[in-house]
Amino acid sequence: MPRLNEIKSVLVIGSGPIVIGQACEFDYSGTQACRVLQAEGIRVILINSNPATIMTDPEFADATYIEPITPEFVEKVIAKERPDAILATLGGQTALNAAISLHDAGILDKYKTRLIGANVDAIRRGEDRQLFKEIVASIGGESAGSMICHTIEDCYKAAERFNYPVVVRPSFTMGGLGSGIAYTKNELTEIAGAGLRYSPTTEVLIEESILGWKEFELEMMRDYKDNVVVVCSIENFDPMGVHTGDSITVAPAMTLTDVEYQKLRDLSIGIIRAVGVDTGGCNIQFAVNPADGRIVVIEMNPRVSRSSALASKATGFPIAKIAAKLAIGYSLDEIKNDITQETPASFEPTLDYVVVKVPRFNFEKFPAADNRLTTTMKSVGEAMAIGRSFPEALQKALRSLEKKGSSFSWDQIVKSKAELLIESGVATESRIHSVQQAMFLGATVEQAHEASFIDLWFLAQIEIINKMAHLLLQPGEISEKVLRDAKRLGFSDLQIAQLTGSTEEDVRKRRSILGMHPVYKTVDTCAAEFKAMTPYHYSSYDYETEVEPRTKPAVIILGSGPNRIGQGVEFDYSCVHAAFALRAMDFETIMINCNPETVSTDYDTSDRLYFEPLTFEDVMEVYEAELAVGPIVGVVVQLGGQTPLGLAARLQAAGVPIVGTSPAAIDIAEDRGLFGQLLKDQNLRAPKFGMAGSFKQAQKIANEIGYPVLARPSYVLGGRGMEIVYDEETLAAYISKSTEISLTHPVMIDKFLDDAIEVDVDALFDGEELFLGGVMEHIEEAGVHSGDSACVLPPTSIDASLTKEIREATKKIARGVGVKGLINIQFAIAENLLYVLEANPRASRTVPFVSKATGISLAKCAAAISLGKTIADLREEGALPKVGDGIAQGISVKEAVLPWNRFRKKDGSGVDSLLGPEMRSTGEVMGRDDEFGAAFSKSQSGALGALPISGAVFASFADRDKGKCVDSVKALAKLGFEIVATAGTAKFLAAEGIKSKVIRKYSDGLGPKGELTAVDSIESGEVALVINTPFGSGAREDGWRIRTAAVARGIPIITTIPGLKAAVLGIAAQQKGGFQVKSLQDWLK
Amino acid sequence: MGNAFFVLDDGKIFEGQSWGSDGESYGEAVFSTGMTGYQETLTDPSYHRQVVIMTAPHIGNTGMNKVDEESRKIWVSGFVVRDPSPIVSNWRAQRSLEDDLVAQGIVGICNVDTRAITRHLRECGVMRVGIFSNMDLSREEMVKLVRKSPEMSGSQLSAEVSTEKKYIVPAIGEKLFTVAAIDLGIKAATPRLMSERGIEVHVFPQDASMEQLLEISPDGVFLSNGPGDPSTMVEVVALVRELLLKQIPIFGICFGHQIFGRALGFETYKLRYGHRGINQPVLDKTTNKVEITAHNHGFAVQAPMDGSFDTVYGKGEVTHICLNDGVVEGLALLDRPAFSVQYHPEAAAGPHDASYLFDRFVDLMKGGVHATP
Repeated sequence: MPRLNEIKSVLVIGSGPIVIGQACEFDYSGTQACRVLQAEGIRVILINSNPATIMTDPEFADATYIEPITPEFVEKVIAKERPDAILATLGGQTALNAAISLHDAGILDKYKTRLIGANVDAIRRGEDRQLFKEIVASIGGESAGSMICHTIEDCYKAAERFNYPVVVRPSFTMGGLGSGIAYTKNELTEIAGAGLRYSPTTEVLIEESILGWKEFELEMMRDYKDNVVVVCSIENFDPMGVHTGDSITVAPAMTLTDVEYQKLRDLSIGIIRAVGVDTGGCNIQFAVNPADGRIVVIEMNPRVSRSSALASKATGFPIAKIAAKLAIGYSLDEIKNDITQETPASFEPTLDYVVVKVPRFNFEKFPAADNRLTTTMKSVGEAMAIGRSFPEALQKALRSLEKKGSSFSWDQIVKSKAELLIESGVATESRIHSVQQAMFLGATVEQAHEASFIDLWFLAQIEIINKMAHLLLQPGEISEKVLRDAKRLGFSDLQIAQLTGSTEEDVRKRRSILGMHPVYKTVDTCAAEFKAMTPYHYSSYDYETEVEPRTKPAVIILGSGPNRIGQGVEFDYSCVHAAFALRAMDFETIMINCNPETVSTDYDTSDRLYFEPLTFEDVMEVYEAELAVGPIVGVVVQLGGQTPLGLAARLQAAGVPIVGTSPAAIDIAEDRGLFGQLLKDQNLRAPKFGMAGSFKQAQKIANEIGYPVLARPSYVLGGRGMEIVYDEETLAAYISKSTEISLTHPVMIDKFLDDAIEVDVDALFDGEELFLGGVMEHIEEAGVHSGDSACVLPPTSIDASLTKEIREATKKIARGVGVKGLINIQFAIAENLLYVLEANPRASRTVPFVSKATGISLAKCAAAISLGKTIADLREEGALPKVGDGIAQGISVKEAVLPWNRFRKKDGSGVDSLLGPEMRSTGEVMGRDDEFGAAFSKSQSGALGALPISGAVFASFADRDKGKCVDSVKALAKLGFEIVATAGTAKFLAAEGIKSKVIRKYSDGLGPKGELTAVDSIESGEVALVINTPFGSGAREDGWRIRTAAVARGIPIITTIPGLKAAVLGIAAQQKGGFQVKSLQDWLK
Repeated sequence: MGNAFFVLDDGKIFEGQSWGSDGESYGEAVFSTGMTGYQETLTDPSYHRQVVIMTAPHIGNTGMNKVDEESRKIWVSGFVVRDPSPIVSNWRAQRSLEDDLVAQGIVGICNVDTRAITRHLRECGVMRVGIFSNMDLSREEMVKLVRKSPEMSGSQLSAEVSTEKKYIVPAIGEKLFTVAAIDLGIKAATPRLMSERGIEVHVFPQDASMEQLLEISPDGVFLSNGPGDPSTMVEVVALVRELLLKQIPIFGICFGHQIFGRALGFETYKLRYGHRGINQPVLDKTTNKVEITAHNHGFAVQAPMDGSFDTVYGKGEVTHICLNDGVVEGLALLDRPAFSVQYHPEAAAGPHDASYLFDRFVDLMKGGVHATP
């Protein structure tokens, strides 16, 4: 059967904002789905609130709705578009949950549409733990002993039955949210209590512990004919107990015999059939007892998942693309394998290489958070590497993390073997290093296994790496053979240099003299049994290279590496656009990246894909390998964020042509001295600042420019280590924390503009002409990191003359820096004066947002400018308007999504949810409408924190905010909200004529008649909205308790006055109701 | 570890390190793409006189155990891997892979670019190869030695791998049928899967006569897999023709399928590089479903794909085809109870998708006229 001909239109539901546990892998899968459906001539309707995605570009759907993914808004889209079918299995848990809600509410029936790819019963069977357990038993499988609990008392009973530790898993949450391991009754109370709250059905599963077992995952696909294939097997390096998203994982499975592997395969096939996943992908996780091989089925995801993206990149088998085809009626044997172009998709990929995925964490941004890894996912991104052996792939993966200390090191081991072995017993981000160093200091493979439960085979492979390190440490020059063997084990030049006491440059030179370079192999799904037509390469120190000659001039685009807070999907968006634009200009496009979640690492985004770490060494090798087979015009570094930008100068020094903004220009923008001079020359105002190499200097500067000051390290993205400092004491504390401070790595001390409005500008410059893409006004005041602040485009409170001034300043800076392509500038407006805060000569996080709001692809234009086009050319071609700057249609609000609910302190309490100069958001959404209130309201709904339309508001304000809050609180009262406040605030409000109900402070404890405190009333769900502005510097127990209670309960919380003002407008708009949905295509008309 | 060389008939030489036994060994170079199941591969008699290149880089991780042996010994004439495991990690492991290779005198080579070799064989076809481990020979001498070694085409190898004496694998549970299995290189999994279905399996040497078979009054005859060129199997082909006339149900796999095909009057031919792996998609034309199957064949049957064909034993049809390259993977007669598949329904190593074929065999023995789903 070719396909279901009655389906003429399909609504694809995306996954919304990037959050921990649900990241840009769903942009990858959704984009593939949209492309497949469009190619079939089906009208594609898309809903996704996340503007940073590629799938929401207007060309990937016929009608793109950047609207909240809530049943309410999805219904509006259905009512308007009347799709024949809905595809919800490619948008993560968000899409699946939305689909189930729509089904339960009878909306699918009402509009005579249906789900394709999976039916609701199958989703339920897959996700409802009890049903799933029954299914596993029915096909002869085994689950861990468990009990479903709806109350905390049930949980205690269950724990008595299974003995501690027990595993807590809330039902229907994503990324393992709320799950954990309880070793004691107290811990159970904490974890299960939270789990019951997180679960939409107030249900948790208490489970027998299988900690320390081996963990495996099989990625499956099934078509309507009941053909089932295993796409990929994945083995976790970390034993059971760590969420698979936080585990180092390896493909294919390494420690199973065929007999054991086939058992997992048989169980998986039995499960997918019994659950009834009609068509599409799913994954099933298993635990295997290393002592006797007992297999326990852990869980399944009846949809395309994060692991599916990994499996797709690991094997070359595009799961999402094929899932979309299966959903519209194709069978696996009717679909061609893209890579071989002659064999069908109804086969099981076989690998002749090893894939290692390592998670990327951002604990440094949440210093209070417990950094132990559990069954709740905490990583924010991942890097994948491919090698011809596990050691090679592992070492490449670790250096792909691009984080200090992520690669193995052998010098400066300060801890003893015994200490390291103890550390190996606790799963943390750095456990692999503890294990490796313990073995380097003489621990045996068996000892390391006893401490960590990591499989002996993996440990033996690490021991091979350690043995090589010992060899390299031997005095005297290393032989060619040893050097080659080290490279074969994945050692970087830098690691070899550290071990041999030379420099990276010297190792590189030595290799160059010896002609020792990696070869590039191909990911081909079939272990070379058939010829591969897609140049999807990875490096290995092996014998034969497979890079084909080419004649077209090539451009290399450097991607942005693993997602991390501050550098996420937005940069992949720009890189992908560059690939499309440059291909259209008839260049051969070559992508280098190591992030398996992205569209850029899809094998058909660019002409050639190199799945490689983004380090100087790895990029140089690709460059040289490609230069050997054809002409290269240059390398694009300005679109992948700070990662490629940081490589630019070294690449250029090594003779690599950098296209677009030059490394010298980048340096002008990034070096505060040079940039300060530029501003001075151009008569532009900037907050006073200085650079300090010591506390003494910092103290002097702060005294000169006056507190508050903003302190931060130089050359960082996402405001890492940035703090607003109000007094000398805090400054001293900040400096002492910055261990890396030195004259070469100074700390910046800026005057902090209190109460300023912050403005972000994205612009194109070609050397002559400036195109102002968009001016965004931040809703939160300056001091909140731009990535965490909501912003509005066009600005609402900036007048024409100021806008003109911003444009002129932007042009002066772009010219002064020497930008060719994109520039992002942050300004602050204080007392109607414009200050320049900083300039980034690269694509910014806001580029996709601006592009969606204005209908102009800034990234494509930037790529074209880098390769010599002018803005005049682009205006001529129609890529830019004939005259003028970018004009936003309607009002667009961007809101940040923060991961507070993911992190807890060691005592189990929540981490504080205050916004600050350090960026902590993981993703963003866009709300758009004709007026601000509605747009803001949509942005809040999209960000999973919909504003209430009625109920009680708990309000508490810092003294300095009290004068500023009156109008908003009055407005809330007028809108019908009951104001609840503690005595002090209530008294103040009364003086302003606002009635409020007095509630006890947390620190007062429960009242004599059991009167609740503010925190209790938030926890009990009596409050619909929490307003709490922080009390200046220093922790205040009450405020923190209030905020964490709101986060835990999922109650919207506002922590700034401008945020409150916006919320009032949003609530007012919501009360009026009748929000319309409008597609991007209609906005752009 | 000393030096070792992998020397191909066409003069191409790959240098690696010695592994397993030292010395020299010759055979036909073939690659296997399975990511699991090296032990089953090594002990599969069909690999007799072949040098097997494993495309999966890490081999030996799970060691060797008694249960997973497919026959009494390792049959490959040489074993080529990229990264042998330094340790064994599996609860069932009893010995290490290298220990077994050394104990059985199997010459191996490691640290070679197995993907480069595989690509070479894919482009140039399978060919003779020699492994020279810790030998003091010049490149020219090694190539000469390889070119002196016997070719696979025209080789009759069944006698070298077949059991010398008949043995019986009893039925598990109630005995329902008696099957005469002709051992052309049979694997242990095959009689096991039949015995699980109530079949008492009498495994006969490859030169068993009709009289010997009839002595046990078989309900069916099974033709096993095995090494060598099917065109050399004149006697067994004649035996099958006799069996067809007697209407005794026949089930052939792999080499047995090729013999069955020749008995029906079809030609067999050598594939450029064969099918060896456990991920091969085969379409069952009778159900239109795809099964993922284990393959190990260098030869194939030439038969008309579309519709039915005529034979002296009545009408027949191609029941299975490989979706990768359209090779005939299954044959059945429509008026007589006989069928065969080119692949391995016993699947050791490999997926269990095709185990239903043993049920079809049982159905034939129950009195079915031809093999149907």
